Order: sequence, then C-alpha cells, then structure tokens
Amino acid sequence: MLDTKAIKKDFPIFEHEKDLVYLDSAATSQTPQVVLDAMNGYYTSFRSNIHRGLYKMGEEASEAYESARASVARFIGAAPEEIVLTSGATASSNMLVRMLEESGSIFPRTPLGFQGESLEDEIVATVMEHHASLIPLQELAKREGLAIKLVPVGLAYGIDYDAAEKLITPKTKIVACVLASNVLGTINDVRRLADLAHKVGALMIVDATEAVGHIPVDVKKLGADFLYFSGHKMLGPTGIGVLYGRKDLLEALPPSVFGGGIVEKVTGESATWTSSPKRFEAGTPNIAGAIGLGAAVEYLGKVGVENIHAHVRELTSYAFEKLAQIPGIHVFAAPVEQNVGIISFTIDGLPAAATALQAGVHPHDLAQIAGDSNVAIRAGHHCAAPLMQTLGVPATARASFYLYNEKADIDALIEAIKKAQMMFAK
Amino acid sequence: MDEEIYKENILDHNRNPHNREVLDEYDLRGGGTNPTCGDELELFVKLGEDGKVTHATFLGSGCAISQAGASMLTDKLKGLPGQGMTLAGLKLLAPGDIYSMLGIHISPGRVNCALLAYRALNDGLKNAKA
Repeated sequence: MLDTKAIKKDFPIFEHEKDLVYLDSAATSQTPQVVLDAMNGYYTSFRSNIHRGLYKMGEEASEAYESARASVARFIGAAPEEIVLTSGATASSNMLVRMLEESGSIFPRTPLGFQGESLEDEIVATVMEHHASLIPLQELAKREGLAIKLVPVGLAYGIDYDAAEKLITPKTKIVACVLASNVLGTINDVRRLADLAHKVGALMIVDATEAVGHIPVDVKKLGADFLYFSGHKMLGPTGIGVLYGRKDLLEALPPSVFGGGIVEKVTGESATWTSSPKRFEAGTPNIAGAIGLGAAVEYLGKVGVENIHAHVRELTSYAFEKLAQIPGIHVFAAPVEQNVGIISFTIDGLPAAATALQAGVHPHDLAQIAGDSNVAIRAGHHCAAPLMQTLGVPATARASFYLYNEKADIDALIEAIKKAQMMFAK
Repeated sequence: MDEEIYKENILDHNRNPHNREVLDEYDLRGGGTNPTCGDELELFVKLGEDGKVTHATFLGSGCAISQAGASMLTDKLKGLPGQGMTLAGLKLLAPGDIYSMLGIHISPGRVNCALLAYRALNDGLKNAKA
C-alpha cells in the first residue's frame, strides 16, 4: 500500500481539516500543493495571454500551456495535437457531439424522420452512461432523427457484451461507453466494444472521467476514436478538461464553438479555420487550469497510476469485507478485480429488525449523519438515472477511494453507518 | 448537537408517519420528485362542504426529512376536526411555513427533501379545476 501519511502531507486540505475522512473523490478529488503552486506561479510571475504576446511573459505562458498539453498527451498515450483542452468532460462531450453533427463527412446527416418512418442510423450507448455523456447523444438523436439504444447491465455489474454484439449493427454510427462507472465502479472492456464499433464503421466515444488518473489509460490500446475527461477528478483544478480525438478524425472536424484564436481568415461574411487542435479552443482558455492539470499529471506520474490503483484496490477489497458485515446492506458494485474504487450501497435494514444495528437508513440521511462526523460520502442518483432505474432504486449512498485514503477511513464510514442505524432504529 | 436535524419528533414522524395512505376520493392530487435522489411522493386532499380540508394523505418513500415533512404537512392541512385549512389558505403556504413546521435547520442540500410534500401540494393546486 502507499504511504498515506506522506501522501496526505502533499494535500493541504488534510492540514486544514485534520479529521476529514474524504470518501467522495468520484465527485471531485483533492488538490496537491504542487498543483496549487503551479497555478499560483502563473498568476504571480508570468500571467499573460497565450499565443499572442510577443513579450517574454507571453512566451512563457504559451510554453507552459503547451507543455501541459504535451504532459496530458503522454499520460494517455496520445500526441499533443490530439488533445483539445476544454472546461471539463461535460463541455468535451457536448462539443464533440456538435462537431460530429456539423461535419457532413464523418457523420452523414439523415433527414429528420417523420412519425412512423423507419430510422436508419443508430447510436449505441450503455445504460451506465453519466448524464453528461448520455443527454448530448439523446439530443443529437432527437435533432437528427436517429434511434438511441442502450446496452444493459449484465453479470457482476458489468456490461452485457452479448447484448452489445446484437445492438451494434451496420446501422450504428456512434458507440459510446463509459470506461469506469461512477456508480458501480465497473471498469468496462471498452476495447471489446471499440472492436465491434469499428467492424461496422462506427465511431467509438469513451467517457474516461472516472478512469484517468485512477487506472492506466492508453487511447490506442482502448481503440478510442474520441475520449474525454475532467481535470478535477484526477487531482487537477476545476474548470479544465480534455477532449482527445484521433488525429485524422480531429483534422476533418469543424469547430462548434466560435471566436478568437481559431481562424485563418475572416471577412465580413465568413471565416476559415486554423489547424486542430487550436481550432477547437476559441477564446482565452483556462490557462492556469491547464498548467494545474499538467502539474497534476506530473504528480500522478511520480506516484505511479499503477501504484495508486493497487492501493485503491486493497481499500476496495477491505471496504467490501467490512460492508458485508452490516445486516440489511445491499451493495451495488463491480467485484474488486474490475473496480476502479467506487462502491454504491443502500442500507435497507432487515424486515423484522431485532436489534438497532439492523435498521434501514435512507441514503440522504446516511450521508448527512456521516457528514456530521466529517465522513464525506455521496447520496443520490449520481447523474446516472437510467442506471438507477435498472438497479431499481431511486438513490444510493456512494463511497469512493483514492491515493490519500486509508483503511481507517473505511472504519470511520462503518462507524457512521452504525451510528445512523442506531438513530433510525424502531 | 450536530444531529440537531434529527430531532426526536422528526424521527417519530419518520418511523410512524401520519396519514400515509391513498385517498380514493379527493379534490386535489399532486406529485413531486426530489431531483437530487429521485424520491417520489404523492399527496391527496379532500375538502368538506364548508371548503375546509377534511382529509389529507400522502404516499411515497424517501429520507426522514421528506417523510416527516409529508406527515407533518398533512396533519397541518387537516388541523383539528372541523378546523381544516381552506383552499385559499393552502395557496398561501410558503416554503418558510414548511421550515418553521419542521422546526429544524434545513441546509441547502436538504431543501428538496424538506419541500417534497409541499411541491406535491402545489402540483395538486395547479391541477385543480377551480
């Protein structure tokens, strides 16, 4: 396991909140001092706009911004020109859908279907998708008259790959899949879906938001045509994210957000676009955020993502063992071998609870009572409503683990659960 | 101290909610969903000939705050026998009334829980013919 005492020293939050038990990294992770220092360095010693200033600071800022792009690229096995810096995974996902829609070449427009007309093109996603991935595709489907099909959950909270094989057909134009589920923790076999997608000429879009910085991610090995994630779930600041696109695909796409810095030539009537990825970064970007993300990637590289995953796996396994001892608990999570470090659960209680420790507790009440003991977990539908419908629960409580967590944090969670059960005992 | 939100009366209403049943005959019927957790609640109101609430019930599951809120709100609508609230009175209810009724501090994260039954009531008022 990692030396969490040493690691915690890298994160000022644990100095500020000495008894914090932070089990909500799947919502947002904490920030190491090196990331704060990198951003502060920009603001205090070379703040200026990028790609414009012909003075020393301007060059320094441009270099720092581009070097962050290069670090991110290396981190996921991509080339720098395949990395578009965005404001986060949601922006990446929305932009991408619009870019694909606007480009006639990659994604042929189909006429809007009248009612009852058989619709030709299809989008295949999974029922595990986060709303940020699913809703832009749903809206695209509505606008363009496409059908959208969801691959269900199969065994052990994984994707039903047999169903995927049947759903992905020559009609399929896009296959979208989350690499790691933000509810179940499942690390999906994206490569398997990518191969199915490519066999029928469809594009493979991967939401890697809960995965990058938690497990090794290589866009080429995954067979991803596009892949996106947020900086803030991998030790970076909020407001920065990434859209990876395979070089040849990105080069063929038009921008979907327009403004300064993306043009070659502008007249009173129209404009032509500069090369990718600059073409997709209109306006002054989140320069400090990009520099912070670059520093986060360097930090993660130093600790080693493999080491982080091994550490988290041990915590996940320990949590499974401890949670299983709570009467009336229902765990919704992939087995430890396929889990990124996220466990959802409900405390249903036993029908005829004989002792206080068999009482049921609603996820919201649990999260509040845990929060009162400074144990941070999440409760709700986790922006994955279709998955919750599949699981047959309106909400779950969710604990997620990262490099700074230790077994004592899980013990604290178990204590909080017991405390809540005592309060709710009949 | 920290658990002030889970006062004994809140826990009591949650354990043994009042008026938790479906009304076959009603004058108002409305539903609400808590967008943060997907909990759903339905609220029914029956008015007497004098225009005052005679029956108020709810159905649905949720956290202690939403359940206690629904239990207490339906009690409040009915009032003592013969002293139910009027339709005009229902329309005047505001979120502040619900918070005072619960008598606990409602943090921003729990507003949707506290107001679930109130939103169902307003949905019912919106659907009402007159």
